Amino acid sequence: MINHVGREIPDQLLARYHKEGYQGMAYRDSRPYTKAAPTVRSNSDPGRSKLVSSLREALERCQLRDGMYFGFHHHFRDGDYIINMVMEEVARMGIRDITICASSMGAAHDPVARLIEEGVVASIQSSGVRGRIGEAISHGKLKRPAIIRSHGGRVRAIEEGDIHLDVAFIGAPTCDEYGNARGVGGKSDCGVLSYSMVDARYADKVVVITDCLVPFPNAPASISMTDVDYVCTVEEIGDPKRIVSNVVRVTKDVRELMMAEYCTKIIAGSPYFKDGFSFQTGGGGAALAVNGMLRPIMEEKGVHIGFAIGGIMQAMCELMDAGLVRKIVDAQVFDSAAIRHIQENPNHIEISTSEYANPMNKGAYVNKLDFVILGALEVDVDYNVNVVTGSDGIVRGAPGGHPDTAAGARCAIIVAPLIRGRIPTICDRVLTVTTPGEAVDVVVTDYGIAINPRRQDLLAAYRDSGLPLRTIEELRDEAYRIVGRPDPVAFEDEVVAMVEARDGTILDVIRKVKTE
Amino acid sequence: MEIVAAAMAGTLESSDAQVTVEPADGLEIRLSSSVMSQYGRQIRQVVADTLARLEVTGAKVTVIDKGALDCTLKARVEAAALRGAGRQGDAVPWGGAVR
Repeated sequence: MINHVGREIPDQLLARYHKEGYQGMAYRDSRPYTKAAPTVRSNSDPGRSKLVSSLREALERCQLRDGMYFGFHHHFRDGDYIINMVMEEVARMGIRDITICASSMGAAHDPVARLIEEGVVASIQSSGVRGRIGEAISHGKLKRPAIIRSHGGRVRAIEEGDIHLDVAFIGAPTCDEYGNARGVGGKSDCGVLSYSMVDARYADKVVVITDCLVPFPNAPASISMTDVDYVCTVEEIGDPKRIVSNVVRVTKDVRELMMAEYCTKIIAGSPYFKDGFSFQTGGGGAALAVNGMLRPIMEEKGVHIGFAIGGIMQAMCELMDAGLVRKIVDAQVFDSAAIRHIQENPNHIEISTSEYANPMNKGAYVNKLDFVILGALEVDVDYNVNVVTGSDGIVRGAPGGHPDTAAGARCAIIVAPLIRGRIPTICDRVLTVTTPGEAVDVVVTDYGIAINPRRQDLLAAYRDSGLPLRTIEELRDEAYRIVGRPDPVAFEDEVVAMVEARDGTILDVIRKVKTE
Repeated sequence: MEIVAAAMAGTLESSDAQVTVEPADGLEIRLSSSVMSQYGRQIRQVVADTLARLEVTGAKVTVIDKGALDCTLKARVEAAALRGAGRQGDAVPWGGAVR
C-alpha cells in the first residue's frame, strides 16, 4: 500500500507482522482497546528474599528461554553497562533469538552487533540505534526487521500488548533489597527512571540491577517493590562520566546563534507566548541557546513557563531558579546540574514515559505542549522529517520524543542548517519518514524560515514580523543550487527495519543498503 | 598538461577534498567520498571535466572527498595537477584552462 505520507509499505510485510500502514495522526484517536497485562507470581512469604547472588542466578530464576523479549532503558546513555552485561551472560547460557526492546541504544552497545551475528539477538526494537548495531541492521543481519519507535510509541506498544516483555532489566542507581529503585543517589546517578516505569508494570519478570544497595525502604521509589521479582547487585552498572555530560555546551557558532535568534523570535511572536506557556528544547546547540535568549523577553513581559519538559539540562533549571518556570516535568536528565536540581527542587518532578508521550493513554504531557524545538537530518517539501537514516542509507539515529512532541505541540519548530558539508537538509523527499509533515509547523534554517502551509494562522501571524520567511521549495532550491541535486541512494528490496508511527501503524520502512 | 611528478593539494577537513596526482600512461581516477551514495557520480564528473580542461591525459588521480562543493573540488584538482606538472607563477594558465 501507499500510506498517508506517500510511502510504499509492502502488503506482505503488513500481513506478516499484523500491522497497518500509517493513515494520519488522528487515525486511532478515541479507539477503545484492552490493555495488556503481565503474568506474575505473588510474594506473600515475609521470609523470602529477592536478593540474588549473581546476575547468572537472576537469569536462571527468570527461566530464560529462546525467543524471549527483554526490556532495557537508556538512562545511562553512552555509559550503560547493563545491556552488554545481561546479553553476554545470556550468550554464555546458550540462549538464542532474543529480541531486545530498549528505550534507546547507543555507541556503548557496539558489542551487541557480534551477538546479532552469532544468533543470540534476533531482533532489535528501539528508538535509537547507532554505531555497529545500525550497520548490522542496515546490512540485513537481523532475523526479523528492527522496529524503530518513538518514546511514546514504545510505551504504547507495551501497554497495548504489541510487545510482551518476558523480562525487564532495570539498571538502578539505588535500590533496596525488596526492589524499590530510584534514579537518584549512588555512584551512577541518572536522576530519573522514567523509561523503565512502564516496563516494570508490564513485564512478566522484573530484575533490578544496582551498584548501590540502600536500606529499606528506598522511598519515594521510581520503580516499586510491588513489580520487582529479583534484586541483583554488581560492581558497576555504568560509567558515571558517560551517563551525564558535565560541561554544558553553550554554542559560539554564529550560524547556530542566528538560527536560535530566529527560533526565539518565532516563539516570542507567536499567539501562544503568554504567561503559563509550555516548552521543550532538545540538547542541540541552537535549541539550547534559545533558553538564554528567551529569558530577557520573559522577564520584560512578565511571562513565565508553566511547565518545561523533556531531556532536562542546566539551562532550564537556571530558568526555574530565576523564578521563570513553575514546573519541570522530567523524563530524562542530561547533565549533573539537572540531576542535583531534581533532588533539591520539589517543583522538578519525575514522570513516566507514558505520562510523557503515549498517544493511546487518556492524555499525555506532550498534548499540553505549546512549543518544541527539534532537530532534523532531513526535511522534505512535504515537511516530513528524517532523524534516523544517514545520507548513506544506514540507520544511525533516534526519533526519541521527536514524533511525540511534534504531534502534541501547538507550534513544533525544526531547526537545522540548510546544508551540512555537501548534504542538503531541505530536500525533495526524505530518505525515511520518522516524523510526518502534518506534525511539523515551522522549519528554521540559516537561509530562512519556512512555515507549513497547513498553518495559515501562523503564516498570518509572522507576515509582518520582519523574519526571513521563505517557502520550503525556495529553501530546497537554494540548497540544491549550492550543493547540486543529490542522486537517489541505492537500496535492495529487502526491508531491514520498520518505522512505526506513534499509534503503531507503519510510517515507513528502511531497506537493506546496496554494497558495491 | 603533462604530470611529471607526484603532487598533492587539499586537506582531509570536512567540506574539503585531498587530491593526489601521479604520473601514469593513461588516466585513472580513484575516488572515495563521505557523500558517495548521493554525490559520487557528480564528483567523478567534476574531477574528469577539470582534468580534461587542463588536458591531463596521463595521470593516476586519487581523490579523498570529505563533502567538498564543486568549486572546492575544481580548485584542488587544478592545484594538484599544476603542481604535478611543475607549473608555477606565470606558467599557470590564469584565465585560460584555469578559471
